[in-house]
Amino acid sequence: MFFPAVASAMAERVGPALVDVPPHECPGTGSDQAGKAAACQGCPNQGLCSSAQPAGPDPAIEEIKEKMKTVKHKILVLSGKGGVGKSTFSAHLAHGLAEDENKQVAVLDIDICGPSIPKIMGLEGEQVHQSGSGWSPVYVEENLGVMSVGFLLSSPDDAVIWRGPKKNGMIKQFLRDVDWGEIDYLIVDTPPGTSDEHLSIVQYLGATCIDGAVIITTPQEVALQDVRKEINFCRKVKLPVIGVVENMSGFVCPKCKKESQIFPPTTGGAEMMCLTLNVPLLGKVPLDPQIGKSCDTGQSFFSEIPNSPATLSYRDIIQRIQNYCSHDRPQEERKP
Amino acid sequence: MEAEAERGNLAGVQHIILVLSGKGGVGKSTISTELALALRHTGKKVGILDVDLCGPSIPRMLNVQERDVHQCDSGWVPVFVDQDKTISLMSIGFLLEKPDDAVVWRGPKKNALIKRFVSDVAWGELDFLIVDTPPGTSDEHIATVESLRPYQPLGAVLVTTPQAVSVGDVRRELTFCKKTGLRVIGIVENMSGFVCPHCSECSNVFSKGGGQELAQHAGVPFLGCVPLDPQLTQSLEGGRDFIQEFPKSSAFPALVGITQHILSMASPRSS
Repeated sequence: MFFPAVASAMAERVGPALVDVPPHECPGTGSDQAGKAAACQGCPNQGLCSSAQPAGPDPAIEEIKEKMKTVKHKILVLSGKGGVGKSTFSAHLAHGLAEDENKQVAVLDIDICGPSIPKIMGLEGEQVHQSGSGWSPVYVEENLGVMSVGFLLSSPDDAVIWRGPKKNGMIKQFLRDVDWGEIDYLIVDTPPGTSDEHLSIVQYLGATCIDGAVIITTPQEVALQDVRKEINFCRKVKLPVIGVVENMSGFVCPKCKKESQIFPPTTGGAEMMCLTLNVPLLGKVPLDPQIGKSCDTGQSFFSEIPNSPATLSYRDIIQRIQNYCSHDRPQEERKP
Repeated sequence: MEAEAERGNLAGVQHIILVLSGKGGVGKSTISTELALALRHTGKKVGILDVDLCGPSIPRMLNVQERDVHQCDSGWVPVFVDQDKTISLMSIGFLLEKPDDAVVWRGPKKNALIKRFVSDVAWGELDFLIVDTPPGTSDEHIATVESLRPYQPLGAVLVTTPQAVSVGDVRRELTFCKKTGLRVIGIVENMSGFVCPHCSECSNVFSKGGGQELAQHAGVPFLGCVPLDPQLTQSLEGGRDFIQEFPKSSAFPALVGITQHILSMASPRSS
């Protein structure tokens, strides 16, 4: 016999647990395989999943659409490959755009397991504040706000050991519950791959029209083969590709000033890939050890090394992205 | 302890090593590949399990990207890299119709495939099974560690590059190892300095020493620095055996040192 209090406590526990832990092979309720996949055989929810219409879009998508009305341009920074410079690029795209004091810029870091943006932007140890209108981003400058899971961790050793659904929940919160305010550019930095984080950000921002994705790669084939997958991902989810940036493209020895290819473009590099896949190449950024150093100390290398070829190349790329956002695709033409 | 029969397809595997890093693009697949090649040169039989489902790199690094996986009675037959069958490899790369197909999967599907990779690949007799992982501490990692736990992996090799941004992510991976009870074999600092082929000046392209500092700070062994070596990158691009072809290169001694460390760790257990 149960005491009512115990019974109700158990009911509370059991309820969310059933929702939180789907069987491992569960295709998910949003999938068209819901209730039909091999893994659904014997699942108590099979009937529900296969008979009903797919549960309908997440109500959060509408809420996020409302929230994002104050955000003019949304740019995703993607790469299939890790360590190619997505976060470095995101941070410096933001720095570059924010040089215009009349523009409000925000960076959202959805690399939940490996957030690098706080370090690169010199915000390590900062905490997010809660206000009446939601979480406030952390500001680097008056017109440059940043949000990252890094601000929610209590120690640099904290690991975020989360499976997909929890990561998706966090991304949803970042979009819905952060008090972004009026923003000209929202730059979303992503982890490598084509999985939960990527699907979620595209899904949650789906009703708001994303300007497009900037794809970062390095010149060698081992990176390019993953980046091609990412471009195919963009095509699958109908995300426009603004263009490709080839990072770490050649290294000029600081002593003899001769150039070497640390990551040799044995299959023609990003240039060849862009030709084959018919996407624009936004530019090539040479390897400059100063870039890594600035990132480690949380400085913008635009101010640290204003005349380096890497900085100049960055500026050129940022200009092209700005042009893309303002001219190429006027607001009204973009379909949600 | 597990009975032999219950170990199934991993029954003939002596030691399991995971190659991890919180950070992407630091050289996990490179270190996995070179470790396998170096172990092969000491006469060991090695298997590589590539659980990076969204970005499998190893098939290309071993120049077997065109090959297919076949079925046999006891499961999937891995792809053998050489005639003598001393290195075998299982990767999602072999299961894709087109090499550029994106694997757009959420966690549960990835977990299911990793479980199959652990239970259904007919490795046969192996001295070492090296498990190459994607960056992070999420589905793939939890699934891999959970399904390998009954087989008591020897431990994890953590790879980082020297700069603080990368070391920060690897610190988190150390916490992951601690929380999941996975022993840390040691930390490798990859891309540690670049020797200019024109003037021999060594530039620390991604700074220097971060991996060693982290190892000291965390109280785990430091396995060595692998310099940026264009010969290494080129062999990986072409799928050639770096260990055999470039014994005089700058990265070679470092890789051999790491291999020795792992061999010495493995020997008391196998005897």
